[in-house]
Amino acid sequence: MRFDVQVEITPREGISDPEGQTIERALPILGFGGVSRVRTGKLITFEIDADDVVAARTIVDDMCERFLSNPVIEDAFARISDVAAVG
Amino acid sequence: MTNVGVIVFPGTNCEMDAVSAVETAGGVAEFIWHGEKNLGDVDAVIVPGGFAHGDYLRSGAIARFSPVMEAVVRFAAEGGPVLGICNGFQVLAEAGLVPGALQKNAGLKFVCKPVKLMVESTSNVVSTQYELGQELTIPINHFEGNYTVDSKTLHELEDNKQVFLRYVDNPNGSVASIAGVSNRAGNVVGLMPHPERASNTLLGSADGLPMFVSLLTNSFVAS
Repeated sequence: MRFDVQVEITPREGISDPEGQTIERALPILGFGGVSRVRTGKLITFEIDADDVVAARTIVDDMCERFLSNPVIEDAFARISDVAAVG
Repeated sequence: MTNVGVIVFPGTNCEMDAVSAVETAGGVAEFIWHGEKNLGDVDAVIVPGGFAHGDYLRSGAIARFSPVMEAVVRFAAEGGPVLGICNGFQVLAEAGLVPGALQKNAGLKFVCKPVKLMVESTSNVVSTQYELGQELTIPINHFEGNYTVDSKTLHELEDNKQVFLRYVDNPNGSVASIAGVSNRAGNVVGLMPHPERASNTLLGSADGLPMFVSLLTNSFVAS
């Protein structure tokens, strides 16, 4: 089976996020008040072949842990869904 | 004569300076392409600065999976001296050879200037020519040099004298102003400043040269 995967990578809670802080400081200057706790991250999407969703989850978790994120400073969150059957 | 292997990834750009510094310190050096599976006959390893594999995903994230890194990990495990400079530090951190991670500078500024550093340990392979508390002037040149560890690891680093260099004026937001650290054994060292760019008074400072002299002095022949 083929699965759609979306991996969100964000700085760990408690780890500073210089990009988020800079955006947060810029927003009021542009007139967007009342914004707090800005956090940035990255989104990685791909498709993967696996026997079932459990197998896909195992592979994706390993991928996140060893390569897609750096667990010292980042958290990874993966969404896995069936690729919609084509026509 | 002591032979230093200088690792070259696609995107490495400080390898010539590293070789020059080794030669100034009295050693010889050879390049080792990242696709090599063996280091050959080297007594020490330098992972120099640059933008290995374009720094895609994270600095050092792809480089750490280059074939040569398995050989570097083996060499380090046997006690071989390894020095990672700037992007080389990021590669060693991604490979887990030194603790912590380097993230974007606080203030999101690329910083390129000479900085003052304090020597905090003289027990690792590149620090034996310095004195504790000695002040050095060495340039930094990075966007992702903001050294980050959790507080538990930080305590361990401090207790084990693994902090090698601290910034006098923290330029990038690094935890505890850390500019360079070693592994527990002291044979693997990573630092963001560029000692090879401070290896001759003609460059404005020779404060980095003792690191290369120390590396040669503490070089190692694998059994």
